[in-house]
Amino acid sequence: MAEKDVLTGEHFIHGDAACAEGGLAAGCRFFAGYPITPATEVAERMARRLPEVGGIYIQMEDEIASMAAILGASWGGVKSMTSTSGPGFSLMMENIGLGMMTETPCVVVNIQRGGPSTGLPTLVGQADVMQARWGSHGDYGCIAVSPASPQECFDLTILAFNLSEMYRQPVFVLADEVVGHMTEKVIIPPREQIHVAQRAKPAVERSKYLPFESTGPMPAPMAIAGDGYHVHVTGLTHDERGYPVITDAVQERNVRHIVEKVRMNAHNIIRVDEVALEDADVVVIAYGCTSRVARQAVEDMRRKGHRVGLLRLVTLWPFPSNIVRRLAGQVKAFVVPEINYGQMALEVERTAGGRAETVLMGLMGGSIHSPQEIQEVVGQYL
Amino acid sequence: MKRHFRDIVPFDQDSADRAIEEGHGLHPLDEYLKPGRIPHIWCPGCGLGVVLTTYIEAIRRKGIPVDKCVVVSGIGCTGRVAGYLDMDTYHTTHGRAIPFATGLALVRPDLHVTVFSGDGDLFAIGGNHLIHGARRNINLNVICVNNFNYGMTGGQAGPTTPVDARTSTTPMGNAEPGFNLPHLAHASGAVYVARWTTFHPRQLVHSITETFDKKGFTFIEVIAPCPTGYGRPNKLGSGLEEMRYYKEMSEVRNGADPSKAEIRLKGKILCGTFINVERPDFLETYNNLVIAKAQGRDKGKAA
Ligand code: SF4
Repeated sequence: MAEKDVLTGEHFIHGDAACAEGGLAAGCRFFAGYPITPATEVAERMARRLPEVGGIYIQMEDEIASMAAILGASWGGVKSMTSTSGPGFSLMMENIGLGMMTETPCVVVNIQRGGPSTGLPTLVGQADVMQARWGSHGDYGCIAVSPASPQECFDLTILAFNLSEMYRQPVFVLADEVVGHMTEKVIIPPREQIHVAQRAKPAVERSKYLPFESTGPMPAPMAIAGDGYHVHVTGLTHDERGYPVITDAVQERNVRHIVEKVRMNAHNIIRVDEVALEDADVVVIAYGCTSRVARQAVEDMRRKGHRVGLLRLVTLWPFPSNIVRRLAGQVKAFVVPEINYGQMALEVERTAGGRAETVLMGLMGGSIHSPQEIQEVVGQYL
Repeated sequence: MKRHFRDIVPFDQDSADRAIEEGHGLHPLDEYLKPGRIPHIWCPGCGLGVVLTTYIEAIRRKGIPVDKCVVVSGIGCTGRVAGYLDMDTYHTTHGRAIPFATGLALVRPDLHVTVFSGDGDLFAIGGNHLIHGARRNINLNVICVNNFNYGMTGGQAGPTTPVDARTSTTPMGNAEPGFNLPHLAHASGAVYVARWTTFHPRQLVHSITETFDKKGFTFIEVIAPCPTGYGRPNKLGSGLEEMRYYKEMSEVRNGADPSKAEIRLKGKILCGTFINVERPDFLETYNNLVIAKAQGRDKGKAA
């Protein structure tokens, strides 16, 4: 039944469904989730599609259990994923931390809505940008991609799986309600044109294998349950063997490793879309559904001869600090439209370091910016 | 920003190997224990060693290769069981051993997945996961070590602490009744339910071997002394005396109704194998119902 996992061809589907199809094409065969608006359609698609390819869909009792179950499945050697939105993402934070600490590959799709608390279940938000980065206690590196269309929901979910296997950690697909519920053409390429990263397996004998070793900034290959390596996997601070060691020295190595494998590889992970940046005096920085409106605003202004550019963040984390730092020396202002009270704007301002103005255009959720609004604010800095 | 950190101390494989060579081979069950992990952290007189040994004895008796055994634990003194066994072991978050094990067991039906955890982990913070795991009949063997308190954090009251019992957070006596664990497991759908104390290692080994043959969610409660957290404030004496107490208070009645198995302070402890029934597990139903339909294997119709 494997031929049904990649539905090569043209489809007219929404972003939630495209996330599910991306997961299947990337080799996901286990999904554990809990219904939540506006991410339920990801689970519904998986409930129908996974059995067709011999995979397992299970609806858990809550998001805590969903996250725990996908970690367990991943250690069983199967690519796994879950989907949720703000409140469920909050509940997952505990076991996201376990996934970071135990270096467990898996993908969490978050179709963001307005928060805090129950907030706006059915309406758009980009409220979890910082929760994704800092939501679980302690330090760890974060990888999050942000699709701006159903096509990207498909493409970036595959990328998220590849990054999670490569860096051995949970990776987030931070979509938003508008993109998740937007129906557009999605082209699923032939299987041979889709790059799918396979999990590296240890090649050494058991006594030489260090499952949590750091080679350069890269994680060790992963021995799964039943491989005979008898790995101990713990959320406690552990040494390279995985044995718990409660000392400052081992903590130092352990935490630095899970932070630095992302930080030192940021240049390989970061993806941005650069639109008319060369001579720009003002650059709009946007992501998700907001970047579509921003693109319209920038293109209109360019046609009228204004020196405006767009930096679209395809990966939100790690943040493209080098690009923003370089632009900070060139532009007068960064305009950051986002559907929250200034989460990414904070990162832009921090990176700009006072060399260019950072202007937040915040919406608290429930609606999107209009191109005119963006043009008006951009116009004030030209 | 500029970053200043201390130098990282590299892992010293040689001294780790040396420690293993020196320390390994001293314990009769060493081949089942992870090299270099003993001495364990448990207190003298703790019942956890007995439970660990009975589990090892059960796999030995069944001849199950350790490569086919997986142990998943939560947090707490019992949660540390995973770390000592020489097999694939997963020490997860507090209360979440069952959902983690659910994911693992569903994708790897070839492995024997055992969840080892304490009463607080499985029935307070993890209570919801336990009842749903049992309801779904996931193919898991759950061994719950019940010592009537949170030992790791220094002896606080938990979901099994009987009314009137003293703990560090119930200094005047506990106002809440404890759960009757076998009754709850049975009502939630477990296909095998037993209770033993650490005074019954032979019966316990037998029960664990029985669960290896069962498909579905099995539950064994093991009453274990915790002289540090529970024995002392309740004047049960040393670990040995607490064990003697469990010997005197326990009454073995196989097949007894689990609803009658409630434990009161200084009351009788009903022991035995209470429930042993058959019911299709999650995967069997999923494969026969869901996958068969989705792949058009039932009646040759595509879904
Ligand atoms: S505190 Fe109690 S349960 Fe924990 S190791 Fe000590 S005796 Fe055992």
